[in-house]
Amino acid sequence: MRAVLATVSWLADPAHWQGTDGIGRRLAEHLALSGTALAIAGLVALPVGLWLGHTGRHSQVLINCLNVGRALPSLAILAFALPVAFWLGLGLGFWPTVLMLVPLGVPLIVINSYVAVRSVDREVVDVAWGTGMRGWEVFREVELPLAAPIILAGVRNAAVTIVATATLGALVASGGLGRYIVDGLARQETGRLVTGALLVALLSIATEAAFDMLERVIVPSTVRAVQHPESRRLPDVGTRGSP
Amino acid sequence: MTSTEPLVRWDWVLGHADEIWQRLLEHVTLALLAVGIGFALSFALALLVRRYRRLRTPVTRLAGVLYTIPSLALFSLLVPVTGLTPLTAEIGLVSYTLLILIRSVLDGLQSVPAEVRETAVGMGYTPWHLLWRVEIPLAIPVIVGGLRVATVTTIGLVTVTALIGEGGFGYFILQGMQRFYTTPLIVGATLSVALAILADGLLVLTQRWVTPWARPRGKPA
Repeated sequence: MRAVLATVSWLADPAHWQGTDGIGRRLAEHLALSGTALAIAGLVALPVGLWLGHTGRHSQVLINCLNVGRALPSLAILAFALPVAFWLGLGLGFWPTVLMLVPLGVPLIVINSYVAVRSVDREVVDVAWGTGMRGWEVFREVELPLAAPIILAGVRNAAVTIVATATLGALVASGGLGRYIVDGLARQETGRLVTGALLVALLSIATEAAFDMLERVIVPSTVRAVQHPESRRLPDVGTRGSP
Repeated sequence: MTSTEPLVRWDWVLGHADEIWQRLLEHVTLALLAVGIGFALSFALALLVRRYRRLRTPVTRLAGVLYTIPSLALFSLLVPVTGLTPLTAEIGLVSYTLLILIRSVLDGLQSVPAEVRETAVGMGYTPWHLLWRVEIPLAIPVIVGGLRVATVTTIGLVTVTALIGEGGFGYFILQGMQRFYTTPLIVGATLSVALAILADGLLVLTQRWVTPWARPRGKPA
């Protein structure tokens, strides 16, 4: 009960909504960190995953490696990213955090993109080849649209994992909502701590909801109708990063 | 950090052998308790959901929302209630195992072929016997699959509990970050990953041991 009161009074203080430590600013920092990391992860992972799925070569070894990568705890990745960031002369704060977040997102996107393209009905692909389409056309006109839902689920998993883990960036002096949690714990300020925790939790849930909505907009209903029930189950928890 | 400072100072590792052992015990205890309690809870919930199908959606939804909440946020929300105690860590860790484990128990039981079930019923198995003697043994591979994911995830998440005063090897990671000292940082992270790989391997071996019939024996698996 005291915690609820402390949180409400913390939130009621207008000073906590303005300035460099204000909620608006921290939220923007959190989104900037997550957005940058997701964009880099997508740029790296989408071509790799889609190409592997299209050609089906060298895939098993790589997928196994990525699965091991997925099992790495986020705090450990941050721990490894920090010396690398020093070594690269990136300092503290924003870039070490991005450097930690990118490898969390990459395996989730690669695995889903690969599985997505592979799970497109081979007969449909064969028919496409048979009608005289070239490799690039088969990929763009047939495989990509049919694989879209699972690819997007991979990006969603990466986004949720990245938004959640960006919180830990506060440990290496980056901004974002994690600041409230780390500072709240250090100063034993319950209101600050609970506010930070609630905002991060809400942002993660909102990210997931936003991507589900995006899927409904992007993926044509015709594709959703022909989705194999098995393949729709694939992108679930098994391929999501740890919270 | 100067450039002459090595990434890992081995004399630090030797000098802290006792503490590393203590943190290992702490790490294992936290993870084992969480997976154990989480498994018992998930098993009960899965059986309940199987009996009352309408519960399936709300139960998996709730577990899904819990899984979406970032670990640091969940631990922080619990701190005002249960304080900086191992209990706080365990509540968080257990709640993260639920989604994975409930799913794997349900999927495992569902993977039992209908003919097998019918044969057992035809032979006069009661529902209770059917569950324990037929369905659960046949579901073991899928259930162990879920246990492996849950165990590896939990061992990783234990490191995050360093922020609320627990942490096992996470304690070293946090210490390294706060002092910009790479030795404990890398020692903590490496040992945590090694522990996860070891636990995963042990679970694979256990599964082979308890399901001797599933071992490939010259026939197609």
